This record gives sequence, structure tokens and C-alpha cells, in this order.
Amino acid sequence: MTARVLVGVKRVIDYAVKIRVKPDNTGVVTDGVKHSMNPFCEIAVEEAVRLKEKKLVQEVVAVSCGPQQVQETIRTALAMGADRGIHVEVSGKDYDSLGPLQVSKILAALAKKEEASLIILGKQAIDDDCNQTGQMTAALLDWPQGTFASELVIEGDKVKVVREIDGGLETIKLNMPVVVTADLRLNTPRYATLPNIMKAKKKKIANMKPGDLGVDMTSRVEVLRVDEPPQRQAGVKVESVEDLVSKLKEAGRI
Amino acid sequence: MLLRIVTPSSSLCNAVLRLPQSISGQRFTRVQRQTGVLAVQNARLYVSQAAEAVLEKPAVGSDAVAKVDEKAVSVESKSFAMNMFKGKISTSQVFPFPSVLNEDQSQFLRELVGPCEKFFEEVNDPAKNDVLEKVEDHTLEGLKEMGAFGLQVPADLGGVGLINTQYARLVEIVGMHDLGVGITLGAHQSIGFKGILLFGNQQQKVKYLPKLASGETMAAYCLTEPTSGSDAASIRTNAVPSPCGKYYILNGSKIWISNGGLAEIFTVFAKTPVQDKRTGEVKEKITAFIVERSFGGVTSGPPEKKMGIKASNTAEVYFENVHVPAECVLGELGGGFKVAMNILNNGRFGMAAALSGTMKGVLTKAVDHAANRTQFGHKIHTFGSIQEKIARMAMLQYVTESMAYMISGNMDSGATDFQIEAAISKIFASEAAWTVADECIQIMGGMGFMKEPGVERVMRDLRIFRIFEGTNDILRLFVALNGFQNAGNQLKSLQKALKNPIGNASLLAGEITKRAKRKAGMDSGLTLQGAIHPDLGHSGELTVKAIEQFGVVIEEQLLKHGKKIIDEQFVLKRVADIAIDLYAMVVVLSRASRALSQGQASAQHEKMLCETWCIQAHDRIMQEIKFLKSGTSKQVFKNLRAISSAVVENGGMVNPNPLGF
Repeated sequence: MTARVLVGVKRVIDYAVKIRVKPDNTGVVTDGVKHSMNPFCEIAVEEAVRLKEKKLVQEVVAVSCGPQQVQETIRTALAMGADRGIHVEVSGKDYDSLGPLQVSKILAALAKKEEASLIILGKQAIDDDCNQTGQMTAALLDWPQGTFASELVIEGDKVKVVREIDGGLETIKLNMPVVVTADLRLNTPRYATLPNIMKAKKKKIANMKPGDLGVDMTSRVEVLRVDEPPQRQAGVKVESVEDLVSKLKEAGRI
Repeated sequence: MLLRIVTPSSSLCNAVLRLPQSISGQRFTRVQRQTGVLAVQNARLYVSQAAEAVLEKPAVGSDAVAKVDEKAVSVESKSFAMNMFKGKISTSQVFPFPSVLNEDQSQFLRELVGPCEKFFEEVNDPAKNDVLEKVEDHTLEGLKEMGAFGLQVPADLGGVGLINTQYARLVEIVGMHDLGVGITLGAHQSIGFKGILLFGNQQQKVKYLPKLASGETMAAYCLTEPTSGSDAASIRTNAVPSPCGKYYILNGSKIWISNGGLAEIFTVFAKTPVQDKRTGEVKEKITAFIVERSFGGVTSGPPEKKMGIKASNTAEVYFENVHVPAECVLGELGGGFKVAMNILNNGRFGMAAALSGTMKGVLTKAVDHAANRTQFGHKIHTFGSIQEKIARMAMLQYVTESMAYMISGNMDSGATDFQIEAAISKIFASEAAWTVADECIQIMGGMGFMKEPGVERVMRDLRIFRIFEGTNDILRLFVALNGFQNAGNQLKSLQKALKNPIGNASLLAGEITKRAKRKAGMDSGLTLQGAIHPDLGHSGELTVKAIEQFGVVIEEQLLKHGKKIIDEQFVLKRVADIAIDLYAMVVVLSRASRALSQGQASAQHEKMLCETWCIQAHDRIMQEIKFLKSGTSKQVFKNLRAISSAVVENGGMVNPNPLGF
């Protein structure tokens, strides 16, 4: 039996919230804005919990990096069925510049520390849409990776992953330990129920800092400015097909 | 819980018993009382029960209440609403705005809100429930798994163990999305098994609550009967003890029972013979029972066809020679009134909370339409007539929400005398929500009238809230009579003091100066300074003025009518209206003050909501007081009475068509 699964859970602005850019263009407004768990991370947690329910793994550990509030996200994972949580505290400037590379380093360090044999992550987060953390983590650990998974089957010490790729599905078999990233169709995550949220209160969340894991948080990316997407311009009505063709030619479209 | 129709109530008349005898100078005998001065039609049983309980028995909380009787003159209530009838200000329950959640409770609640909202947004389909006239099976199952059936059941008995304030926050979400589901859940836990929670003994709790909390069994509250509404004394369902004393034989039928067709566990109110310990006399008294469908002899009718809350099940329930074990008596034998009343009184804040959610949801739809609809070349929200609607909707929501959390906060901090406040919140919330939904449809125009946006369903669902759990008309009488009774006690003690003017010189001097100052329109010394934020000084002054004048008018009416005030429903209704407006003023003053003191981002907006509300409420109150004091009111009431009797006598309109045929 695979001993331990590490699942990354990211706290992001809720998908239903209308995003507003800060007036000074340094980022988006997060104060007083509803946050929730990144939907792809929910799928990852669900998959890990199902493996546990099928007794294919022993323990599910949910990890999140960020300020105090990410504990709420970890609590959600615990309410869904994860066994314990790890909160890697990152705040202030470090949190502002926190990107896939820093998170990957943290996850890789934790994977070694916790002797995890499987890491399941969301394929990307809906806030920065990076789609890099899974790949970077696998690289840093020098583990195989199965990204964009729509099916995950543990077969002995191997993992069969069905990947959603351009033009169809690709089935691969990987040796454990392994990093898998969850795509939309992997499963439908359950709702955290109130009784389970209560039970989750008793589950432990360990607190640590990146320094404790020997991770260097310096970022190589500098955000110059953040802008709203351009407003859609009003269209023009044309009288005839000829007009349309000439307009399209003018615009260099045909 | 739905629609228990009610009749004249001897118990409302009991109010009279508690009014100072010395004012009227007459003794009011039990015989007179039975003749029933008050004919309150279409009230509901427990409303009058509530009045009775308030007046004769401990009102709220199973045993903790200070008895309101002659002795109560010296027992000062901390209830703001109770005191305002005496022209007094008692700030301890209203200032500062209650904040009862500790960090743990707040954190836990924060975690619950997300999944609940998500469930209602993604799983529940209110339109479909409405069409199917039932909550979809998978939704009901989902709600059970969610833990939504046992929100206030202690955690060690399988529930979520929420305090009232936490419960309020979650039912607000339910109210925002689907009132039909709200009633299904409310009929189950807010009244269905609330009696077990409040009055059940340990064995009863352990036996029933775990299955009820998980939703394995559903509960219903059975009080109303075809011939018995307000007049609880007239219920015919009876429970006769078996010769061996081990069980009761229950017979009777109950109507309009929410969850009546689905429930396995019923809280049933029935007449039982009870022996008076002192006199040995045997009297029929109401007792509450826990009845299981599985006892045998319990059947229910088909689901009723209704105007709204169609998703919730409403049915008749019949009991035919049901053998109810003696250990299923809930509370004391013969103490069923108290049980029935307390259950409802403890649940009213939940209705205010749910409806504040409904209003929030409806307001969002109205705003969305107003911000996007273009007419005459402008978005319609730029027009004054739409702006006024939106602003008023926002104020009504703000007041209702503030009431809900004020009362739940008071309850959580152990207050027991909140019955006036709870009744006010039910009246205000149900009427405010109706207005808000109506105006939303008006803003949306033809679109609002269509099924698709879903506001017409909300409107239909809302209608019942002004009827059930005590019609608003009866609750208005309840509010006014409670207040009068309290004010009457004060007057009475004053009259006692007058008999010994020397011994009570300082008391009398104070009262005389107070009255002289009020008469002269001078500062009576009442103030809200220190309690409210300085920026709301003007609103505070308006509130104080209104309370002073209210105290005066209450005293005047009391002196004028004496115990007969209970007959003066035209007056009582207006007094209740003023009381509601006053309580609303103080509640928003408190909340906006907190926002300002804490420097909340919305503080200036809340200040505006509060100021606007207070200015207009003050004007309404002053106008109503002027009317009550004037001779015109007498004429108007006389006319209204006469018009009504003529129309009733005629079986409809008296005058012919202007065309003559």
C-alpha cells in the first residue's frame, strides 16, 4: 500500500467574484473579497480521498502556502477527508512574489520530509493560470509526472494515468513515486458537509516556515503592472456583403 | 406549522387581569373573562397562548424568566422594547450591537458558510422544487448529508451544535435561495423537534435527537385543528391516560401541518385531564407529547395544494386510538401551553434571518436589472423613482438583518425577555420582504411578472410568512398588550405610592417632574448619548423624542381605557406599529454606531441608511401619536367599525354600481 499522498491546495479568489484591478496597477483587489479553494485543487483532494477510501493509500496530507487565511482552505480539505494539514507560512513580500517555482521547492522538500510516494496537484490555479507547479515539482524531485489526468489508477508500485491531450487521450504508466496533476474530468469533488467540517476541527494542521524546509523564496519574476483586459469595442453594421468583404480586406483579415 | 387558524382567545383577555385593577377600579372576574371580550378571529392559538404565558406564566426560556405578575413591578426588565412602553430607555440589550461569537465559533461559522452557499447555488433548484411541489430527492438527501437537519442539535447527539447567531447566518443562506426548502427545514428543527431540544428530558433527547439531526427521521409540529386556532383551550384532540397509567390514548386530527406527510416524529398538543395538586379538582389542560408514526393509528392526508412554499409538504394528520407511552409526555403534564409558546418564541428570529437573506437575493436581481436596462436613453437606475425603490429596499433589508442578529445575539447572551422583540422581528421581516419582492417585480416590469427570473415564486412563497407562526395582526396585539401590561404595572406602583406620598416622596417628585417636563416638551433627561456614535447624534435625538412621546401616549391610553384597552384594537394596532418603528430605529442606530466606531468600510453608507430610516420613522411615529391623541381618531375608528359592520351585514358592498344596476 502506498503510504502517503501529498495534496497541494491553493487559496484563490472565488471563481464567481468579479475581479477588480487595484488602482495603482500592482495587482488585483483581494481585501474583503470571497476566497475559496482552487477548483482543480478540490479535484486533487477528492482523488486522494477516494484513494484513501479504497484503502489504496494510508494517509492524505493537505499542504497550502500563504498567510494565516490559507488555514481555512486546509480546513476545507480536511473536511473533505484529508487526514492532516501542513501550513507553510508565507506572508508579506514573499507572498506577493510567491510563484510556481517557490511553491514547487516547498512541495519537493515536504515530499522528501514526509516520505510521500504520490503528489496530486491541480493542473493549474484559476488566479494566475500558470500550469507549472506540478511539472516543476516533478523536475525538482526528479520524479515522473502525469499531468492533466482524467483517470488515475494505482497498480502495485505503478500508476496508470489517462492524460487529456490535444486531440484525445493518452494513457501512460509511471513508476512511483510520482507527481500527478488533476484535470477537470478526473472526478466531481464532494461538498464539505457540516458534520465533517466539525470533525475536521479535531484534525491537526502543522505550522512551518519555508526556512524550516531550507527553501529559498527569492523570486526571479517581477510584476511590472497589472491591467484590466481591454474593453470590447462596439462593432459596426455593414449594408451589404460587398461592404463586409471590403471591410475585412481593409482590416487585413482576408 | 403552517396555518393553524385561530379563534377568539380567552388568553388575550388575560392581559386584562394583569392590568392595574386600581386604574379601572373594577374587579375583573374569571366569569367575565370567560365571556370573552375579545373576538380575535383568525389569530393563532399559540399567539394568544403567548400572550397568556407572558402575562401569567414565565414567558421565555423554560424556567429562567422573571414572573410578570404583581411582583414584577419591582423586577426591571432589561428588554428595550418592554421599557420603551414606559417611556424609558434600557440600553443594555441593544447597545453596543451584540457580538456574541468567540473566535472559535466565528471561525467555524466561516467554514460552514462556503459549503452551504455552494450547495444552494449548485445542487438545489428552487424552480424545479416549486414545479414538482416537493424538494427533489437528491437535494433532500444532500441536505441530510450536509447536516442541515440538525443545526442546533448538540454535537454529541449528532448535530452541528450551532448557537442561535450561527444558525441565523446559515438560514439566511437558505432564505436567499429557496423558502420552500427553508420551511421543510424549519418545520423540522425550528418547531418540529425544538420542543425536545428545549423541554425534553435526557432519555427523550438521546432517543430522538440523533436520528432527527441526521434526517433519518423528520419532525412536525401539530397544534392547529379544524375548529381550533387561536383558542387553544378549544382543541379537541385528547389524550386519556390508560387505566394502568403506562400510556395515553390519543385521538383527534390536526390540519395544515408542515412536513405532516413526511414526518415520523410529531410534537402533538392534546387535552389531558390534570388534577390540581391543591384543590384535587380535575381539569382538562393541554399537554405536549412526542408521538411516533410507528406507534400505530397515525395517518396523514395528501399534500395540500398551496399558493407558495409548494416544495414543502403540508398535510392533515390524524390520530386514532394512538397508544402514546407515558414517557413521551414533553415537559410537564398540563404544561403544553408553555411548550407550544416557547417553541415559537424561540424560533422567530430565524424567520427574520431567513427573510433578510430572501431580501438580499431579490435586491440583487432588482439592481442587476436596474443597472443594465436602458429606457429613454438612460440606464433606469438613474431615474429618481427607481432610486427611491432601491434605497428603500436596502433600508428594509438593513433593518431586518439588524433585528435578526440583535435578537439572536440577545438570546445567545442569555436574555429571556425577548418576546416583544421576537414578535416585532417576525412582523417586520415578513412585511419588509413582501414589499421588497413586490418592488423588485415593479423595477423589473414585465420581466418581473414572468416565471423565468424567479421573483414571482419568491412573492408567492413570501405570502404565508405574514400568516403563519402567529398572524401579523395577532402579533401586533401581542406586542401592544405586552407593552401596555408592563406600563400598567408601573402606573399601578405609582398609584400605590400615592397612597403613602410621604414615604415615597422622592419617587413621586421624580415622576411628577418627568411628566411636567414631557408635557412642556422639555428635555426629560432621557438620552442615548454615550451609547450611540456621535455622528448619529441627530438620529439619536429623534429616537429619544419618539420614545418620550410614545411613553406619554401609552400612559394616556391606559388612563383613558383602563383594562378595556384590550378591546381597542384600532388603538392597539397603531401602538404596535409605533413600537415596531421605534425598535427598528434603535436597532439600526446600534448597528450603524458599531460600523462607525469600528471604522468599517461601509460605515458612511450605513450611517446614511440609519439617518434616513430614523428621520422617516420619527415622522411616521409623530403623525400616528398625533392622530391617536386627536379627536379625529375617535371618529375614524367609529366610522371604520360602522363601515365594516354594514358591509358584513350586507354580505358585500353596500352601495350600488354608479350606473344603478
